[in-house]
Amino acid sequence: MSAPVTELRTPLKLDFTVTAGVQLSRFLTALLEGRIVGARCAVCARVYVPPRGACPTCAVPVVEPLLEIPDTGTVTTFCVVNIPFEGQKLVPPYVCATVLLDGADVPIFHLVGGVTPADVRVGLRVKARWLPVDARTPSLTCIEFFEPTGEPDAAPETIAGHI
Amino acid sequence: MREVAIIGFAQTRSVRREVERDEVELVQQVVAEALAQAGLKRGEAGFTCSGSCDFLTGRPFSFVGALDAIGAWPPVEESHVEMDGAFALYEAWVRLQHGDLDTALVYAFGKSSPGDLRRVLTAQLDPYVVAPLGPDALALAALQTRAVLDAGLATERELAVIAAMARGRALDNPFAQVRGRFDPDTLLEAPYLLEPLRKHDCPPISDGAAAIVLAVGDAARRACARPAWIRGIDHRIEPQSLGARDLTRSVSTTLAAQKAGVGDGPIEVAELHAPFTAQQVVLTRALGLGLTTSINPSGGPLAANPMMVAGLLRLGEAARRIHSGEAQRVLAHATSGPCLQQNLVAVLEAG
Repeated sequence: MSAPVTELRTPLKLDFTVTAGVQLSRFLTALLEGRIVGARCAVCARVYVPPRGACPTCAVPVVEPLLEIPDTGTVTTFCVVNIPFEGQKLVPPYVCATVLLDGADVPIFHLVGGVTPADVRVGLRVKARWLPVDARTPSLTCIEFFEPTGEPDAAPETIAGHI
Repeated sequence: MREVAIIGFAQTRSVRREVERDEVELVQQVVAEALAQAGLKRGEAGFTCSGSCDFLTGRPFSFVGALDAIGAWPPVEESHVEMDGAFALYEAWVRLQHGDLDTALVYAFGKSSPGDLRRVLTAQLDPYVVAPLGPDALALAALQTRAVLDAGLATERELAVIAAMARGRALDNPFAQVRGRFDPDTLLEAPYLLEPLRKHDCPPISDGAAAIVLAVGDAARRACARPAWIRGIDHRIEPQSLGARDLTRSVSTTLAAQKAGVGDGPIEVAELHAPFTAQQVVLTRALGLGLTTSINPSGGPLAANPMMVAGLLRLGEAARRIHSGEAQRVLAHATSGPCLQQNLVAVLEAG
């Protein structure tokens, strides 16, 4: 009796050219210019960053008006990455966080730097550190990380709905 | 059985490459339009089911992202099939038979343009003995077309006539992608794309989305002047192994048609999901359709073929003939997989 077949390799590689969509494209283009844009849902009045093809609550396009959002915000939650893994771009330990930008109703996910991980906390006020213009590509990596502003921590009620 | 009808239908125009809008933006438009037709507000559909394919978008769980388009907060009762939206409609129909809900929203989206569609479809074949050989969608369709020609069921010219008719009829369909007056003999002068297929034997590659709203009994009558009642719906599947099948026949279609009651009366209009010309020959025979049936007045998949959407479009286009008063009894067919592997047949009636 021949040996059982225990493995079959069928390598597969597919290439895709993804369309960012109308709203996300406006967001990505603004990032290249060092700006952050959002938009307000006309129904529920939430400000989304990035602006969205549809408000997930109201199912209407979140289109106009396009709002300029400051690059300052508050850490609403975070984790310290201590474990190395394949494909990792940063050297542990480093901090991933959700940052509620001032004026936005939905936080974005990013890195927090310029501070030792032990000093990162919920409520920490942060500001974007932008890459030099010629190093930017249309993605959130235009912002290298968010770093503390030195302001006092945000009052808990300002981020109450986001924790 | 509860009486279920199609009461709303919306579709995007099919285009070769939708470079601006993403999937959510496509779906948002058609869902809003179909719900408005049905007199429903966001979140009022009792059940939601969608059809799409992550291999097309190149992203896992892309259907979850698309849920933004329907407003899934507060949470809604929702399901998804990794298939054409026609099969999502079947699930919604079954869900409505449970008896506790009266309306359902079905939508489908498919952008083929981000990837190489021929190779994407290859990746969906049986991963053990077929996919490693790498036959693409055109090669498999060519096999089936060759079988149909060799069996004497059609000539290459008859296939060209099917293509010319489809694209001529699509002139009346503002959502179609390939439209125009074509002369079959001129079409036959074109070189083979993949023998025996010429370009006209193949569907266009399309991006698009569609949505349908179903309602039960009085809910349908209240919302729609002429609901398209689903009098029968069934789907059947062929053996997975292509070698085990007679590609000139579609036994699963014939069986689904029997179960759906196709033969209980005359069919005025049939919308067939036959992306390749020879498949229209196979399906017409399997369904026993005669000259009194108008086949694919919308132009069908030879005029617009958004993947995962084109089957749902058949149900929508067939229902549209009932809604408009043009027809009393129509047939919709949808397929999935290579060489018509799985087939759904529905009979829609007025009144």
